[in-house]
Amino acid sequence: MTIPAHVEFASPNRRSQTGLYLFLYPVLSLVAVSMLIPFLWMFLTALKPQADMFQVPPLIFTLSYTMENFTRAWTRGNFDRFLANSMVVSTSITALNLMVTSLAGYAFARLQWRLREVFFVLVLSVMMLPGLIALIPTFLIVKAVPLAGGNNLLGQNGTGWLDSFPGLIFPLVGSGFYVFLLRQFFLTLPKELEDAARIDGSSEFNVFWRIILPLCKPALAVVALFSFQFSWNDFLWPLVIIQSDRMRTVQLGLALFRTQTRINWGVLMAGTAIATIPTVVLFLSFQQYFVRGIALTGIKG
Amino acid sequence: MSITTPARGEGRPDRKKGKRFGITRQERAAALFILPLMVLLTVFWIVPSLSSLFFSLTNYSVVSAARWVGPENYLRLVDDWLFWRSLLNSAYFTVGNIPLLLVCGLALAIALNSARLRLRYLYRVVFYLPLVTSSIALSMVWLWLFDPHLGLLNLLLNAVGLPSQPWLQSTKQAMPSIIFMSVWGGVGGTMLIYLAGLQGISEQVYEAAQVDGATPWQSFFHVTLPLLRPVTLYVLVTSIIGSFQIFGPIYAMTQGGPAFATTTIVHQIYINGFRYFNMGYAAAQSWILFLLLLGLSIANLRLMTRGLDV
Repeated sequence: MTIPAHVEFASPNRRSQTGLYLFLYPVLSLVAVSMLIPFLWMFLTALKPQADMFQVPPLIFTLSYTMENFTRAWTRGNFDRFLANSMVVSTSITALNLMVTSLAGYAFARLQWRLREVFFVLVLSVMMLPGLIALIPTFLIVKAVPLAGGNNLLGQNGTGWLDSFPGLIFPLVGSGFYVFLLRQFFLTLPKELEDAARIDGSSEFNVFWRIILPLCKPALAVVALFSFQFSWNDFLWPLVIIQSDRMRTVQLGLALFRTQTRINWGVLMAGTAIATIPTVVLFLSFQQYFVRGIALTGIKG
Repeated sequence: MSITTPARGEGRPDRKKGKRFGITRQERAAALFILPLMVLLTVFWIVPSLSSLFFSLTNYSVVSAARWVGPENYLRLVDDWLFWRSLLNSAYFTVGNIPLLLVCGLALAIALNSARLRLRYLYRVVFYLPLVTSSIALSMVWLWLFDPHLGLLNLLLNAVGLPSQPWLQSTKQAMPSIIFMSVWGGVGGTMLIYLAGLQGISEQVYEAAQVDGATPWQSFFHVTLPLLRPVTLYVLVTSIIGSFQIFGPIYAMTQGGPAFATTTIVHQIYINGFRYFNMGYAAAQSWILFLLLLGLSIANLRLMTRGLDV
């Protein structure tokens, strides 16, 4: 148990300490409530029948909660398709990220090779680039993928990977940040682990796959959670490359749903809830991993 | 031949195994292990980042081939009032957003850093909740809260006898409203990083300060804050970079309006590049943004490390 020094010393005697907590609890609770109200309001609006929407003052409790807005968003708003698209894209990105970044992180942490430091600095400096600067050329590269989307061998005449799953997935795979995170974790394992296996004649891949990876489940979980959350919530890239309605991710569908139809708040909030629930549930179920990962590397979600 | 020195011990198994062309077994494995990452980073990061400088010097649009125009795009930017307006709006957002994020985040972290506080884990989870939610979903919820007729905020104002506000629909209030939303949504992240920083400060430091007769305020300003300086620097740099790139809420809530009051630089890049397909021009804008962010980060680093032995 860590003792939080300055709060302790900020109040040398017991009585003022009690006073401090009498002040802290209401303030923190007020902040917590103001954090939760927008989410509660979203659910309440989504569950209200259309007839109750325009009541002033609004009904907070009603006996007639209904899933009508959800079914409308689901069927007429195409949110079933958007949700499926987002699931395919986010799980693919997460799986590929786990493979690509754990292999590289292992090479940077546990293998001896020339130019290792040079490549590591290169990977880290890519991490520092603001994503935006690559946006337009990446779009053109994705459009020019040879032999895809009607392109010829030179990547001309077609649309390449625009408006497709590979286009949504591959540019988001491979992050210096996850490589760094996994490398830091790999470095903490004892060296004898692989040496024993190498003397027994295991291949380098087997050492990585059978001996190191099973010990790294917590770090892999952090990467998986961050990766899923980032790709699920990503917006600018899908907005840029997706043209057709059936390829929209849930965030894109939500944003365009608002701009393309007259706002129906009940249905819009139902769609918003659908876009929100997966990452919130993941966060609540695995929050200790999130917190550890953020503390480990100091990143913000 | 081999770079691994026997003294370090790691190279030993390699010598027994076949070493072809001076490449050790581990080097061969490493090459294969980093190959997928390097291919992806090269194709989707390194090549695009470098070639965006090239595109910014052409008049490329998707329909026509790229023609070299030299610095023309950059010269055009100087006369583009909308570009200046968007830079100003981005700066407005950043300057409004960051002090609040830092101060509120630090205050919440200090409050939560007390072991005696019950429910601290619950508070922490609740404060962090908006950060796992997408900016688009949050924008939709706040669009509804800000609605001038039926929105919760105006209903609450009316309930205590205050007049309704136009929020996002007025040129004056639109940007402050977006800042308010993003502080609400981002404060949990700053809090969590500060919390990690606070937990790294040893208790003895405070004991020493107390022995020297420091008041709580003195020990905050002369012990806590200086020791948190690296954390503050990190938060400052990352949130400046993030704030200058705000896009989702702008696109989803105001579309840059009303009357260009909220159009930010990334919104302009999106409009120029993907609505008007002036990709050369948009690439020039993104290079200006990149240089600006680089300059701000370096200035920050200088400022914050001044007087530290770094």
